[in-house]
Order: sequence, then C-alpha cells, then structure tokens
Amino acid sequence: MSLWQKHAIFEKNSIVLLIGILIVIAVGGLVEIVPLFYLKNTIEKVEGVRPYTPLELAGRNIYVREGCYLCHSQMIRPLRDEVERYGHYSLAAESMYDRPFQWGSKRTGPDLARVGGKYSDDWHRDHLAEPRSVVPGSVMPAYSFLAKNELDYKHIAADMKVQALLGVPYTPEMIENAVKDVEVQASVDNPDAGDLVKRYPKALARDFDGNPARVSEADALIAYLQMLGTSVDFKMYDDKANIR
Amino acid sequence: MANALAPQKRMTIGEGGLALTFAALALLSIVIAAKAYTPEYAFHAYLFTAASIAAVFAIANRYFDRPAEKAPPVTADGRPNYNMGPVKFAIIASVFWGVAGFLIGVIIALQLAYPGLNLDLPWTSFGRLRPLHTSAVIFAFGGNVLIATSFYVVQRTCRARLAGDLAPWFVVLGYNFFILIAGTGYLLGITQSKEYAEPEWYSDLWLTVVWVVYLLVFLATIWRRKEPHIYVANWFYLAFIVTIAVLHLGNNATVPVSLFSPKSYIVWSGVQDAMVQWWYGHNAVGFFLTAGFLAIMYYFIPKQADRPVYSYRLSIIHFWALIFLYIWAGPHHLHYTALPDWAQTLGMTFSIMLWMPSWGGMINGIMTLSGAWDKLRTDPVLRMMVVSVAFYGMSTFEGPMMSVKVVNSLSHYTDWTIGHVHSGALGWVAYISFGAIYCLVPWLWNRPLYSLKLVNWHFWISTIGIVLYITAMWVSGILQGLMWRAYTSLGFLEYSFVETVEAMHPFYVIRALGGILFLSGALIMVFNLWMTVKSETVAGEAEIRLQPAE
Repeated sequence: MSLWQKHAIFEKNSIVLLIGILIVIAVGGLVEIVPLFYLKNTIEKVEGVRPYTPLELAGRNIYVREGCYLCHSQMIRPLRDEVERYGHYSLAAESMYDRPFQWGSKRTGPDLARVGGKYSDDWHRDHLAEPRSVVPGSVMPAYSFLAKNELDYKHIAADMKVQALLGVPYTPEMIENAVKDVEVQASVDNPDAGDLVKRYPKALARDFDGNPARVSEADALIAYLQMLGTSVDFKMYDDKANIR
Repeated sequence: MANALAPQKRMTIGEGGLALTFAALALLSIVIAAKAYTPEYAFHAYLFTAASIAAVFAIANRYFDRPAEKAPPVTADGRPNYNMGPVKFAIIASVFWGVAGFLIGVIIALQLAYPGLNLDLPWTSFGRLRPLHTSAVIFAFGGNVLIATSFYVVQRTCRARLAGDLAPWFVVLGYNFFILIAGTGYLLGITQSKEYAEPEWYSDLWLTVVWVVYLLVFLATIWRRKEPHIYVANWFYLAFIVTIAVLHLGNNATVPVSLFSPKSYIVWSGVQDAMVQWWYGHNAVGFFLTAGFLAIMYYFIPKQADRPVYSYRLSIIHFWALIFLYIWAGPHHLHYTALPDWAQTLGMTFSIMLWMPSWGGMINGIMTLSGAWDKLRTDPVLRMMVVSVAFYGMSTFEGPMMSVKVVNSLSHYTDWTIGHVHSGALGWVAYISFGAIYCLVPWLWNRPLYSLKLVNWHFWISTIGIVLYITAMWVSGILQGLMWRAYTSLGFLEYSFVETVEAMHPFYVIRALGGILFLSGALIMVFNLWMTVKSETVAGEAEIRLQPAE
C-alpha cells in the first residue's frame, strides 16, 4: 500500500517527474548505441572500401534528393534467397563512409547494394529516363529530367571538407582537386584519369550519360550506381575472420 | 484608440525582445537568400524573411491594440481565464493538414498502382511525395492535434491559464511554419534522407527552438496548477515532449556544408547512423504516436464516457514500463542487417516485452467504459475513441510479433510493414484524434455538434477503408515475401524481382480504394465541423445533461 503512495513524489513535483522520465528513457538508448562506437567487432576489417569520388558523392546526393531510399534498400541480408538474388550479404564496413546510411526499409524495387556493374551505362540511362522501356512491369517513376539537368558541382569541395571534418579520410589533395576530378571522371580518355584512380582506387572514368558535351545529374547518379557494392573483393574476403 | 495611446502603456520585455529577435532573423534571412548556393534554399530564406517580418508586424499590431495592462488576467471572476486561442488555431490546422496528408497518401498509393501518375516531374514523383505524406500526417496532423489537446488538457486539469503571453502563439505558429518549410523542402528536393526526420539542418534548428518553448509553456502551466497532483494525461504529454526533444537532437546531429547551403552531413555514419536513426524512428512511434495519443485517451475517454479512469495503479505501471521499454525496440528495424547480432537480439527481446505495457494502456482505456458500455450505442464519438483503443491493441500485438526475427525475415522490406503502420496510424492515432476533435470543437466554440449521424457515417466509411487497406497490405506483403524466397524444384529462385512487383498491382488498387474511403470520411468530418462552428445555437442545454450517473 505504502509503495503506491511513494509515487506521489512524481505526481506532485513536475521536475522530479521530468528527471525520472529522462533517466528511464536514457537507459535503452545508451546501452544499445554507445557500445557500437567502441566495440572493435562492430565494423569488419576489410580491404578496398574508400571514400566516394566527388562525382559519386554528387550522384549520391541526387539519390538522396530524389528519395530513392524509400523504395530501394542497400542492405543484403544473409539469407539464402537474398545472397543468390543480389550477391554477398552486406558488410557494415561497406557503408562506413555513408552519411547518412542508405540501408532503406522497403523494397518496392530491388536492393541496390551490389547493383554496380550489373547493367550497362546505356541500360541505366534508358531506365532512368523511362523505366518501362527496359523493365515493362516496373512501377518506378521516370526521371528523364536527370539527363537534362546540368550537375551543380561548384561547391562539392565544401561538402568533402565537412565530411573530412567528421572523419572521412579525404586528403587536402582530394579536396583541392574536387572540381577537376568531377570533370575528369565524367569524360572519356582524360589524361588526368590516372591521377583520379590513384586518389580513388577502382574509380570508373567515362561518359556515363552518353552526352560528352557536359556533366549532367544522370552522369553523377549513374557513376554512383555503378560503384555500389564493388569496393570489396569477395574472392579475397574471409567470412570466418569476422564472425560476430 | 485614445486608451491605446495612454502614456503609461509600455511594451513588455517579451514583446520587445521577440520583435527584435524576429527583426534580426529577417535581416539574417535576407543575407542568406542573397548568397544561397541553390535557388531552393534562397526560396526558404525568403520564406523565413517574410514570416519574420509578419511576426514583427503582428507583435506591434497586438501591442497597439491591447489595453495598457501588461497581460490578460490569469483568472476572471474567480475562475481560470483559459487561453483557448492557440488551441483553436492548432485544431483548425490539424484538420487542414489531416485532409492534405490523407489526400497525398491517396495520390502516392495510386502512383504505385499506376506509375504514369508520377508525371516524370521532379516535384510530383513518389520519392518526394512520400515524405510529404508521412510528415503531413504524423507531424502536421498528429503534431497539431497533440499541441492543441496538450494545451487544452493541461489548462483544464491544472485549472490554470496557459503560461506565457506570446509564447503559446509562438509555439503553434512556429510549429506550423516548420511544417511549411519541411513540406515545401521535400517537393524541392531538400531532404537529409532520414525517414521521419527528413528536414534539413535549418528546419531542425527552428523546430528545436519551438520545441523548447513548447516544453517551457507546458511545464510553467503545470507549475500554476491548483491541484496538488499532476493528472496522468500530463505525465504522458510530458514524456512525449521531453523524449521527442532528446530523439530530435540525437538523430539530427549534423554539420551544415555552409550557412548558405541547405545541405548537411550527419556526424554518425553507416552502422552507427542506422542504429541512431531507428532509435529515433521507432521512438517517434513510441513517444509521438503513442505516448502523446495515450495522453489524449486518458483525458477524452473518461470525459466523454463520464467515468473515472479504470485503474490508477495500472496507469502508473504501464506509464513507466512503456517509456522504459519503448526506447530499446529500435533495432527490430535492422534485423539481419550489418548491425551486430547482440543489438538485434536486445531489440527483439524488448519489443516482445513491450506488448505488456501496451496492452496495459489498452485495458485501462477500454475498461474505463465499465458501467457505461451502453453509451457505445448512442455516442458515435465515444465509439470512435474506443475502437481506436482496440486498434491500438491490435497493432501493438502485431508489432511485437513482427519483431521476432523469423517473422521479420519474411515481413521486412514488404508491404506488411506498411499495413502494420497504417493499422496503428489510421485505426489508433487518427481515430483517437478524430474523437478528440469531435469533442473539442463543440467545447471550444460553444456550439452543439451539428450532426451525430454524420459522425456515424464518418466512422463506418473510414472503418471500411482501414479494413480494405490493412488486409490488402497483409496479402501483398506476405505474398511478396514468399515470392522472393520461392524456389523451383531444381533449386533456382522461382521469380524475378519484377514478377513480384507485378503481382502487387491488384492489392495496390484495393489499398488506394481504402485510402479514398478514409479520405471521404475525413471530408465528412470537415463538413460536420464547419456546420458546427457556423451554427447560431449556443450549446447551453447540452452542458446540463452531462450529469454524473451516480
């Protein structure tokens, strides 16, 4: 009986009630979130994951802007059918430079975690302009404006600077060459392509949207899509070493 | 007017300070608009400028119109002089945003059935409209209902006038300005892509200021209370306001690219960001859509049924248990992902436990009708609220079930999740809101409700809509989940992805039909409320009939 009366202290004092609420809601979040920052096995040790090139980063920002994550996940679960359909299950390491993460929560369309290299640039171009021209049953919106819009990349170095501040390993050299790297990556046989690949291993430099005259939003988005899930060489990856 | 110019009249510190702050904000916004990196951001800066100038003008105008006494009296004729203006505003805003949000929901449901409706334009595509729908119904409709009811309930249960003079108006107008910035931002492609937290850094900053003022107004009103005990509904409101503040700050910890750029990057990345996002995301459900609306249940159901809350002890237990357990449930959105297993298991365990306090709340709400069950026959408003609590019970059983990893391996990424959310959002959140609105409009405008028969129509049409919606999503979700994992006898995957998309079509049509019915019900409500407010008769006799049954 008396225990119930003890509760009156919360009911008669709003600040005690407020502090009580804060303590009670803090526990779960602290226990679940804080260890993720110091437990070493949270993120696997793998070779090959690198920060996005400036063009890929600009493409990723378009992916975010258009809300692609609302229908496409980027997270392959370790279930038989998913691994057979999409490829090796996703590692935490593969999204370690993703701010914010793009794992998604709904698959109205297929998972895109390993879509890189699966289709040609031409396919992506046609698919973005009119999805039903290559996949008749698709319910995806058409994005023909992406190939028409010029990419706005004047400030992309500022984006990289903020990411570097937050811990993404962008070097001063990468930031300095950001605008040039966008143009190099979106063109064919550019003499500076070697420098780009030295800075960003495995970066694909070519004219993604089929219009060499300029860098469009489609260039950036396709460059991003074509690198998704290709960083880690899974022939060399040891699953057992990273069992958690 | 002569009185207004009397020499002893002074501007209060609040009036002067707020006017100066808004003047400074207007200047800053003009500078930002001039130097903005993108035209979309410049547009938002101009909106901030216009709103700030309007605020300065409104404060000055109010100052010149008001009598020389500093603020309206806290009591009048020995009774609390309630401040219902902001409550009325928030109720009107909630009805407006509700209809807008349901309409956008119908549009995006039709887009999934008929993709041509995306129109190949940036601002009408599904990816930009979907956040507009979720934010319009959760934050614009739900948020305004919560602000309106919390300001009403805290005044009545504390028998005190709302604290602050300009502050309550700042909260309702500031909050709706946030909605405007967020919504137009989505259409223009300004989003940080965190589900249910899409607005960019400057909208988040603005909301933070509004929310802190909201908390202070709410707390300061409690401090004025005439009753020694804080009523149970106010515990839930307080938990909702405080926890949403914590979640908002944690999940929106971003660094803007520049003062002149709408873009920002979050300090968390990858797996940690995923955990923080769903800690936020699930507790937006737990504290915005549950704790806040349970507070509505704890005031409006006893009031409308004219019965005390079923069990005081149950309300204590389920309050603390609910807010403690909810916070842990986030990882069930990340089953089988790259989130470490220990976190997934914790999330699942606590999600299952959460079933108990959820049903504690349901029992306390429904059993409040003991001895008044006959009212369900005659009072469609009460029926709506009781059915909402029943829906709450249903979806808080379904949720823990879906958080079990084996169930989740099938349900995750499918429409089953969408169906689950809507049984909670349409059945529970919207219905308890409609019930509260049907109560509040007659009380606030002092008019009898225009037609109970129309409430009945609203109830039945929208209930059929909800049933169509959630059954269509159960079937399509489970069907798609099974098709994804179907194998032929030779051991190959049986269906290509697009075959599973094509199989969804009939269910998407049925879902859109359910949404249209739900929207129609809401439009009936709008008509009913409009006729109520417009009516000439004052609700005198109705008050007398509200006698205790003993």
